[in-house]
Amino acid sequence: MRTETEIGYNSKIEGDVVVTRVDAALNWFRKNSVWPMPMGLACCAIELMAVGASRFDISRFCSEVMRFSPRQADCMIVAGTVTYKMAFAVKRIYDQMPEPKWVIAMGACASTGGMYRSYAVLQGVDNIIPVDIYISGCPPRPEAVLDALMKLQAKISTQPVLENLMAVKALQHH
Amino acid sequence: MPALESAQKIKAKFGDLISEPAEFRGEITVKLADAEQITAVCEFAKGQLGFDYLVDISSLDNYGDDPRWTVVYHLRGLKSGNELRIETSVSEEKSELPSVLPIWRTANWHEREIYDMMGIRFSGHPDLRRILMWEGYPYFPLRKDFPLAGKPSELPGVAFTRVTPMEGGPFVTVPSSDEAVQREPRVRTPEGAEPGISDKWLVRK
Repeated sequence: MRTETEIGYNSKIEGDVVVTRVDAALNWFRKNSVWPMPMGLACCAIELMAVGASRFDISRFCSEVMRFSPRQADCMIVAGTVTYKMAFAVKRIYDQMPEPKWVIAMGACASTGGMYRSYAVLQGVDNIIPVDIYISGCPPRPEAVLDALMKLQAKISTQPVLENLMAVKALQHH
Repeated sequence: MPALESAQKIKAKFGDLISEPAEFRGEITVKLADAEQITAVCEFAKGQLGFDYLVDISSLDNYGDDPRWTVVYHLRGLKSGNELRIETSVSEEKSELPSVLPIWRTANWHEREIYDMMGIRFSGHPDLRRILMWEGYPYFPLRKDFPLAGKPSELPGVAFTRVTPMEGGPFVTVPSSDEAVQREPRVRTPEGAEPGISDKWLVRK
C-alpha cells in the first residue's frame, strides 16, 4: 500500500534513512517548530497565555517557547489592539525578526480594529505588516488560536523554500 | 450628612464664591464661581475637612455655551468616607486654571490627561505634556468638535493617524430591557435627525 505523504518513508524497507525533497524536509522542520513572538497588547494576550498554559497546550505544536526577542522568533502573534501610538513599535519589532517569518493577527482588534472605530486605533495590523492568518473573536477561544497555528503549519508546508533562496542568490550576484 | 456639613463649611468660609450645595442621589456638589480659587478651596477641603483623597478630575466641553469648559474635582475623605464634588468653569479664551498638584500628587496625571484630551492647561504643573496621545499630535480628541472617526495626521517616525471607516455610522445599542435582537448594535439615528446622515452624530457644527 502506498501512502501519500510528503516524506515517503517506510521504515521496514528503508531502515533509518529518509529520502525526501529538500523543500519538504525544510518545511517540515519549520512548521513543527514555530516559535511565536507574542506581541501581546491587550486582552487577547490573556487568551494567548491560556493557550500556552496546560489545558490548551500550545506545547503540542512545539510553540511553547514564546521568544520575546524578535531575533529568536519565527511567528509574531499580534494579540490585542494596535493603537496608532504603538504602530511604529510593532513595525520595528517585525522588521527585526529574521526570515522566514509569519504573522498571526489574533482577535478582532488586530485583524480590523475591532470594536474600536476611533481616532486612536489602527484599523487592522495589516496596514503596517503583512499578515498570514487572521483569527476572529473577541477574544478568540484558545482552540481557535490552535486552529490558526495549524492553518499556519499547512501554509508553511506549501511554501517553496529553494526558489526563494535561488532568487535571493541571483539578486546578490548582480 | 457629613458631606453636606463639609460643603456648608466650605460655603461658610468662601462665601459668594461657592454655590449652595446641590444634592443628587446622596452626592453633594458645589460650584465654584472663580476657577482661580480652586487651590485655596481644595487646601481647605484637604487640611480642615479631611478630604485627603482626590478620586478624579474630569472635564466637560459645553460646546456652544460660554464658559466652554467645566472642570470637576471628585474628593473623598478616606477616614470618614465622605465624598464631595467641586465644579468650576473656565472660559475658552483663557483655557487655564491653577493645578492642585501641591495638594494631591495624584493630580499630576489627571491634569495631563485633561490637557491631552481637552486642551485645558493647568498653571503651576511641572510637566504638562500629553499622556495618552503622542507629543506633537495636533488635535484635542475629546472636544465636541472633534469627529469620532478621527482626523488624519502625520508625525514621521513617531506616529500617524487616519480617518476610521465608520461604515454608515456608529453602531449603538438601546438602553432598555428589550430582547437581544432589539438591543443589537446597529445604526440608529437620534430623534429629529435625518436618517442615513450619521455625520450629525459625529461632528457638531
